[in-house]
Amino acid sequence: MIASFDRERLIGFIAILLIWIRIMSKFRAVIAVIIMWIPLSCMSEQLSREQIKGLDEQVQEIKKDVLAISAELNLLEEKLLYPSNTQVSIFISIVKNSHYNPDAVQIKVDNKKVAYHIYSFKEVDALRRGGVQRIYTGNIRSGGHKLEISLIGKADGESKSTKKSSFTINKGIGPKLVEVSLGANGSLIEIKER
Amino acid sequence: MFQRVITSIIFILSASVFAANGNSSKTDLFFNEGLYYAYQENYFDAISRIDAELGQYYGLDEPELNSLHFYLNNAEFSIGDFELYYRMHNRAGRAIKAVLEGDVEDTIKNDAAYRLAKIYHQKQQPENALHTIQRIKGEVPENIKYDLELLKAQIFISNKMFPEAISLLSEIENTSAVAGYASYNLAIAYIGNNQVEKGIIQLDKTGELSSGDKAVLAVKDKANLVLGYKLMENKKPTLAKKYFERIRLNGPFSSRALLGSGWADVAAEKYKQAVVPWTILSKRNITNQSVQEVLLGLPFAYGKLEAHGKAAILYGKALEAYSNEINKLDNSIKNILEGKFLEAIVREEFKKDKNWLINLRNLPDTPETHYLMQLLASNDFQESLKNYFDLDGLAKKITSWDGYLDSYTELITARKKYYTPLFPVMQEKFRLLDSRMKLRLAQRNKIGDRLHKMLIAPRPDYLAKVDERLALNKIYRLEKKYAKDSAANVNGINARISRLKGVIQWNIDTEYQQRFTEADKNLALLNEHVNELENNYRSFVRTRQSATQSFVGYDDSIRQLKNKIKFAGEKVDLLLIRQGHMLELMSINELKARRKRIEELQIKARFSVAESYDRAVKAQQNKELERAKEKVLKNNKDNKTDLKGTKP
Repeated sequence: MIASFDRERLIGFIAILLIWIRIMSKFRAVIAVIIMWIPLSCMSEQLSREQIKGLDEQVQEIKKDVLAISAELNLLEEKLLYPSNTQVSIFISIVKNSHYNPDAVQIKVDNKKVAYHIYSFKEVDALRRGGVQRIYTGNIRSGGHKLEISLIGKADGESKSTKKSSFTINKGIGPKLVEVSLGANGSLIEIKER
Repeated sequence: MFQRVITSIIFILSASVFAANGNSSKTDLFFNEGLYYAYQENYFDAISRIDAELGQYYGLDEPELNSLHFYLNNAEFSIGDFELYYRMHNRAGRAIKAVLEGDVEDTIKNDAAYRLAKIYHQKQQPENALHTIQRIKGEVPENIKYDLELLKAQIFISNKMFPEAISLLSEIENTSAVAGYASYNLAIAYIGNNQVEKGIIQLDKTGELSSGDKAVLAVKDKANLVLGYKLMENKKPTLAKKYFERIRLNGPFSSRALLGSGWADVAAEKYKQAVVPWTILSKRNITNQSVQEVLLGLPFAYGKLEAHGKAAILYGKALEAYSNEINKLDNSIKNILEGKFLEAIVREEFKKDKNWLINLRNLPDTPETHYLMQLLASNDFQESLKNYFDLDGLAKKITSWDGYLDSYTELITARKKYYTPLFPVMQEKFRLLDSRMKLRLAQRNKIGDRLHKMLIAPRPDYLAKVDERLALNKIYRLEKKYAKDSAANVNGINARISRLKGVIQWNIDTEYQQRFTEADKNLALLNEHVNELENNYRSFVRTRQSATQSFVGYDDSIRQLKNKIKFAGEKVDLLLIRQGHMLELMSINELKARRKRIEELQIKARFSVAESYDRAVKAQQNKELERAKEKVLKNNKDNKTDLKGTKP
């Protein structure tokens, strides 16, 4: 009896809410907030599988929305902060099958320190598996620029060592991509310009 | 004809090899950056970065020139794959479906399909799991080969396709990679298929497995436990005891086994034997359900052994323990209601420890997590907890984005202020330079065209030097002057003029090739300068364009993004509250269920303690009565002896 009364009250409440939604269609965010609260307020002491599943689906939906916003922000950031005519990006990778373990790397462009990174175990593992780290994105004028890379690390079974290398990179009209490969036989640091 | 075909094949093969080599050396740095995050299990950043890269790729006029073009299928697949890892199987399902029809290796496709099916199976969506697993075709990665078969069989069992499960499990039952699991599931499949006898035999077989693997040993214990309780139900306690005794004392099922072992003895009326496992069990952690139950069982056994005093004391201890546990549970429920459980679980420092959730109990004002062990291990709780963490992560991201857009707007305003007065001046200078540049470029093109034509139709006169041209002009004038003159020495002059003309013409004609080569070299040099000029021109145009674009056309997109972020933030906050509430409710429900069970035990203990005291008192009274009787009898005997001795 009590349960049926509660149900009728709930249906009545939803009906009034729907009418109100039609009137207040301008305030979509507020309505969404209220709609999301309905199941919470009606949530009984016992949780059903449908409730768990329903919430899980809503979480998946919001993840999708936030991911889309993040991708949009990434694009906006790149367009706004790093226009293609001045953009330079420096990437770090480890040469395939190399036994080199970087501890830290420092990047200087035209004698100015632009990036410094200390590697965690997980990051080194990701690099070894073929991942590439974007360590720096910035703006430079077109023409030649000095790139200095300082590296601390060690190969398997060897002692820790520090290595410094200098390169000249040429910035053209388009975005400049520089891949710094670590662990190459002989030179230890190699760069590929794109 | 045949030769032509062979040549074509060789050409195609060599071209494809070249293309393959070309592709392998040209990695897409932005796609691999996404992989860098994915390999660190940071799937949000991985997806958003690859998404952004794909968005840019599809916006290109000539996407085939982009390095991502060679990895497009991989990138599309990876997005779906990472979404699967990020527990977005609704979306990932669609993405993977799309990719399954694309050009990705079977092993990669099947690995993802396996994981998707596993998620559906864990989320108790057996039909979706079956549909997904049936789509696996072709080569399967070696590392999941048997796990896949086992999962397939489990999905068959969930869908009540027992004969299929039996046939599959019978094939892999003895495979070491899935040893124990396959055997146990085979027993379940037999029982599900109404072949109970076979099921019991199979459980017995599983219960005798020998392995060094802890997980396999746990399955072995579970099989023995299931079998033991099944035999108890069928009133075969002596046989059941054999199975309970097979279970390890340090395994996850040991407490239930000790409890069952004691009950098997009690059922066989061997109370003394029952005391042994129950005493061991009673010394274990009180939060364990079996331990709580044995606190009643042990005095019951002593009672049956007529040790009513001991039983009464143990019942008293049980009552005290139950009361303490109820207080603990009440405090835990209170802490959860005050939000302390959620506060504790989002602490980053705890997550570094593998057992961080269990260790929560060491924190003051947090619930007794030992009571939540079973709940914590359940898939629903785990998934809800992961969702809670993900939502917490999203909320933190959204908060950080709030500031970004405001700084972007400030940046745009500053740029507008700086560039707007510069543009008119710069535009005027550019207009002048542009017209001069166009004129020079037209001249260069004319020269280039002329030289090109001279390759076909040589024109030595075009390559005459300046002094030669001047001399020739002078000669032409002199020729004209003396043409109508009839003076005596005119012939001599004309002859000299002709000679001079001939000398110049000779030089022009004979040096033509050398001069042409030199002109060509000069043109090439000029081209270098022209190229540099054109580069500077393009660079300037691009800079001007990007300067203009650096503050124009962002208002709408920033406004829209702000709204999206605001709306998403509100939604995330609410979902976070709801998910947190759900976790709290799950925990409270679990704690309440345990509290209810302890209350039931408490009631039983109260009755039993009274009964035991009654019996103990009664036994004591009986004893005293016996003693009194004995005393009276003895006294009577003594009196009789005394009377006999004092006879006159």
